[in-house]
Amino acid sequence: MAEGKLADPIGLPLDRVDGQLKVTGRATYAFEYATQGGAAYGVIVPSAIAKGRVVAVDVQEAQHAPGVLLVLTKDNAPPQTPWGPVDLPDRFARAEPALDSDEVRYFGFPVAFVVAETFEEANAAAALVSVRCDSLPGQYDLHSAGPTAEDPGHISDGAPANSSVGDFEAAFATAPVKIEALYTTPYQNQAPMEPHATMAVWEGQMLTVHTSAQLTTSPQEGLARTFNIPKENVRVVTRYIGGGFGSKLPFYVDATLAAIGARIVGRPVKLAMTRPQLFHMTTHRTASEQRLRLGADRDGRLTAYGQDALVQCARFDNYTEPVCGAARMLYAAPNRLTRHRLAKLDLPRSDSMRAPGDAIGLLALECAMDELADALGFDPVDLRLRNDTEIDPERDRPFASRHLAEALRLGAARFGWDKRIAKPASVRDGRWLIGLGVASAVRADVLRSATARARLERDGRLTVELAMTDIGTGTYTILTQVAAEAMELPVDRVTVRLGDTRFPPTAGSGGSFGAATSSSAVLAACRKLNAGLALGLTEAEGSVTPADLDDTYAHAGFGAHFAEAAVHRDTGEVRVRRMLGVFAAGRILNAKTARSQMIGGMTWGIGSALIEENHVDPRYGSFVNQDLASYHVAVNADVGSLDVMFLDEADPHGSPLGSKGIGELGICGAGAAVINAIHNATGARIRDMPATPDKLLATLETLDA
Amino acid sequence: MHNENVALTVNGRRHALDLDPRVTLLDALRENLGMTGTKKGCDQGQCGACTVIVNGQRINSCLTLAVMHAGDEITTIEGLEEDGNLHPMQAAFVRHDGLQCGYCTPGQICSAVALLAEHKAGWPSYATADVATAPVLTDGEIAERMSGNVCRCSAYSNIVSAIRDVAEGGRI
Repeated sequence: MAEGKLADPIGLPLDRVDGQLKVTGRATYAFEYATQGGAAYGVIVPSAIAKGRVVAVDVQEAQHAPGVLLVLTKDNAPPQTPWGPVDLPDRFARAEPALDSDEVRYFGFPVAFVVAETFEEANAAAALVSVRCDSLPGQYDLHSAGPTAEDPGHISDGAPANSSVGDFEAAFATAPVKIEALYTTPYQNQAPMEPHATMAVWEGQMLTVHTSAQLTTSPQEGLARTFNIPKENVRVVTRYIGGGFGSKLPFYVDATLAAIGARIVGRPVKLAMTRPQLFHMTTHRTASEQRLRLGADRDGRLTAYGQDALVQCARFDNYTEPVCGAARMLYAAPNRLTRHRLAKLDLPRSDSMRAPGDAIGLLALECAMDELADALGFDPVDLRLRNDTEIDPERDRPFASRHLAEALRLGAARFGWDKRIAKPASVRDGRWLIGLGVASAVRADVLRSATARARLERDGRLTVELAMTDIGTGTYTILTQVAAEAMELPVDRVTVRLGDTRFPPTAGSGGSFGAATSSSAVLAACRKLNAGLALGLTEAEGSVTPADLDDTYAHAGFGAHFAEAAVHRDTGEVRVRRMLGVFAAGRILNAKTARSQMIGGMTWGIGSALIEENHVDPRYGSFVNQDLASYHVAVNADVGSLDVMFLDEADPHGSPLGSKGIGELGICGAGAAVINAIHNATGARIRDMPATPDKLLATLETLDA
Repeated sequence: MHNENVALTVNGRRHALDLDPRVTLLDALRENLGMTGTKKGCDQGQCGACTVIVNGQRINSCLTLAVMHAGDEITTIEGLEEDGNLHPMQAAFVRHDGLQCGYCTPGQICSAVALLAEHKAGWPSYATADVATAPVLTDGEIAERMSGNVCRCSAYSNIVSAIRDVAEGGRI
């Protein structure tokens, strides 16, 4: 390094550049924009039935309540484009109308909307709206819908719903060692800290929505489609987002109703869904039933490998959680069969939640691998090593980079795996039973389309602009580092501006493609600008497309999770004392924020293994858990010591920067490591997630006091 | 509904307000005073994003009405900086990356500042083995005392590190 030159910033553990704004409360979220003249407040009235029709809405009392500016129902809502189309390639750009018909499609469906001078007045008036509905019988139970579930053709990532290699049935029938198990995972909610919220402002024909969204161009298109106006007339602004985890990929009626309300009352309108409303009006992660059939020879090599998944989507939707995606690339086996079946129920919409498909697919598959190791009498790490593959076993392409084996080996050494006693319930610490578990992690890597603009200002500072979002992942920070390195500038001379459709379009944040996609676009823009500086160029745009990822290779990040669980002998309470995640995720763009992504994912793994669960009330078609007191997410005391290690992985065939997605890899397999640790601690094999104490008591009663 | 006159003292400054008595302290701060640093995550006392410090104690500002706080000393995230410098807890949260999306962060930081005062005053917690002795601020104690503040991004381990750093009086 030449004297005076800065260290290349990519990879350094820099503090996040928006950290100061966030710790001082100065980062501005959707509901918080000051507007001229002040915004009016909107409150949504939800239905109390799951399926049927709105017969009559009596708004008399509400309309005359103090401060009320508007009561909107099916009787006076403006014409909008009907919901959909369901088969739109970008499902997040579908029309999302509100109050456009008398149909109720799920419990908590919006049936009226009140706008008033203050929040309190809007709330009070909303309680005065009287809605009469005709209820129709609905179908709400996933299990009983199984026999009539349909073959969806494709799963939501575009892959076929079914895959088959060799002759699975024959190989499974003749396998010397095999296990067959039915796993179930519950409905889950993304539960971002910031409820979905929008402030809408009209200036002439121009609509601006300040909204809490992971995407920018999709809601822009979707709102234009909803109102049948040109896309250019819609501006989406989303600079800070209080978490998304998939639930802010679609936009919702908060945006639609704020826009309609603002149009009618002639001033800005803002509304945030209430916490209970989130559980029905936004998406959730489907429950699943997964039948795992694994067959192996006596050397522990998989000969038959089968996963059948049953998932839910809303009656009118087509979302199919890609549960078997991980199974299709994790281990070698000559005979394979994976199938998805879709049950359309009268429940709210299912859609993405952190690592859709893989999070729950691996929760089942990696526990089943533990069962197989048991049946074989093999060490679980060894079984995984024996079935590693350099070739994508279903698409017959080499992995661009794959370091699962290294992650397993290094992790085992660092965690002290050699101290594990294979026989369950062998280790005690007072009244606690101690066990260790392992699971593999995998998450496919994709590149999407994005464009970035880089501009050298007169004062020598660099401004980078793109319609990307930072949902807490650290996008502002890594893009600052990438631009600084590309332009050979100190990081404090770079300003990254995101979250505005006035900037060049990107695919936004989702599916672990955000960092690789947006940083590749920023790199391209900076390189172009750098090359043109001598010619007087001060501004350049650069782009990336999916084609920039070499598809003669398979692309995925890998890792290994290790967990130590303590199970209370008398109560069945489970404490995760420590976890280690070792990850091979390409080039790490910021060691500090990358680690944070991983501890976040691992904590979600703990939650999915132990506490996260929503229940359907079969009488009303509603989710029973509608708040954070009854829908349990991990809190600080649920998390023991978390250790994260990144392997130094170069990927010459990967994205332009060699980085891979890391927002989801941390949850993939994490829950299974905990469940497997519980088995090692107690001998209890939990197949119905989560592993709540009641499910452990029967096993605990069989143990010596 | 008749409005009430109430004077709120927020971060040492007195604000005379004419308030609907139904306005929560949280909404008074955010909507009436334009101090949006305090966040609304659930509006029902279950997430802790709205945590502020009233007369030295942390409370959920969504669970209390603004008109009940005439004369109280209310400290919000906006009041923690001194002379334009970050409060040590704010700086530690940045340094340890005790945040991701940032939405729970102001509540976490207010909670953490009050936690240290509670510990200093000898308050025990559920995690305190012997409530008759002064509790030692172990990681388990910090985690327990911070469990009223949900962080869905799950920066919990970094939050514990940040608080430990400040508790031990400096940088790690």
